[in-house]
Amino acid sequence: MGKGERPEHMAPPDIFYNEDEARKYTTNSRMIAIQAALTERALELLALPQDGVPRLLLDLGCGSGLSGEALSEAGHVWMGLDISTAMLDVAAEREVEGDLVLNDLGHGLPLRPGSFDGAISISAVQWLCNADRSGHDPRKRMKRFFETLYACLRRGARAVLQIYPENHLQAEMLVASAMKVGFSGGLVVDYPHSTRAKKYFLVLMVGTSTAVPQAKGLDGSEPEDEEAAQIKMAGRDRFKRRKTGSGVKGRDWVLKKKEQMRKKGYDIAPDTKYTGRKRKRIV
Amino acid sequence: MKLLTHNMLSCHIKGVKNGYPFLIEVIKVSEHEADFDPDFLKHIFPRINWPAFLQAAEAMGCREGLPEAPTETALEDEQFQKAFHHALLEVTLEEGSLVCPETSRKFPVAKGIPNMLLNEDEC
Repeated sequence: MGKGERPEHMAPPDIFYNEDEARKYTTNSRMIAIQAALTERALELLALPQDGVPRLLLDLGCGSGLSGEALSEAGHVWMGLDISTAMLDVAAEREVEGDLVLNDLGHGLPLRPGSFDGAISISAVQWLCNADRSGHDPRKRMKRFFETLYACLRRGARAVLQIYPENHLQAEMLVASAMKVGFSGGLVVDYPHSTRAKKYFLVLMVGTSTAVPQAKGLDGSEPEDEEAAQIKMAGRDRFKRRKTGSGVKGRDWVLKKKEQMRKKGYDIAPDTKYTGRKRKRIV
Repeated sequence: MKLLTHNMLSCHIKGVKNGYPFLIEVIKVSEHEADFDPDFLKHIFPRINWPAFLQAAEAMGCREGLPEAPTETALEDEQFQKAFHHALLEVTLEEGSLVCPETSRKFPVAKGIPNMLLNEDEC
């Protein structure tokens, strides 16, 4: 992935995360470090009781199991869902402790109500904002996802979803969709004044409405500038319309250039009806 | 797929009312050792749907030592803990399929990973 490109714009997740991409998540130490740090922060926001009892957690978009490893380290039992077979194969190869399930989050979670103590998700949920197939409606997929997530969590449980929203509208859409199905909570933005360190966590609570946890790095003072960006749901760059018109300049351009050269004192042929016309083809 | 996961999975095809529990069709079963943790067993026990668990254990061939209807007190018994732990976390379905009890739709399990992807007309 090059600088400034979003994986969501390149291909659907089940295609983007192929063998090559999956391998990066086990060999690239920078990626591993980022995933581990994000998972740690997500666990912190999950605020499970510190009584030493292992909990049953859900890892949404578990990928190759990097985030799951951090959960195992914290002593919890987890179950991971992902849409990419290649990523899950890597996870299975690495013998992660959690159980893995191949599932599309937009289809809803195939889980029994009230069965999990919490859920985390690292950099996965923003994929729901894309329409990857003609039949996809991001709003419907989001609704289905949040409905089933809400149902499968126990009362008082939390879901912490770390996301990379494309713009503030996308973030708002996710929050609104979660609130509509009954979640309380909201968006926690860590380091809001830094472009690079800024991280979005959607902290959702079932039932009890405790206060949304404090974000990190709030001490900066500049206000966030409003992005004028429009929300684009199916806006893949590969669908972007090509530049219209050919590269050939028209009569107006020729006339302008001739005028310019005349002003500079060159000897220029007079403007006639033939000016700017195509040459006749000489056989 | 461990039986803990099986116990939590439920069919999510749109319109299905009784999608629980999945019936298991076994092709290959394997065993992986897992850390024995009585705390977790006690924590998770009330949440396990016991009839579904027994049915699955029967299919996977690890029913031995699991009583028909255990109570909370049974959890203190080490013999029971061992059997429960083994069936819940160590026995794994490698190859086979999960069958929805209402629609008989099969979800294949390959390399220990159940494929729960739906077709567009099912969601």
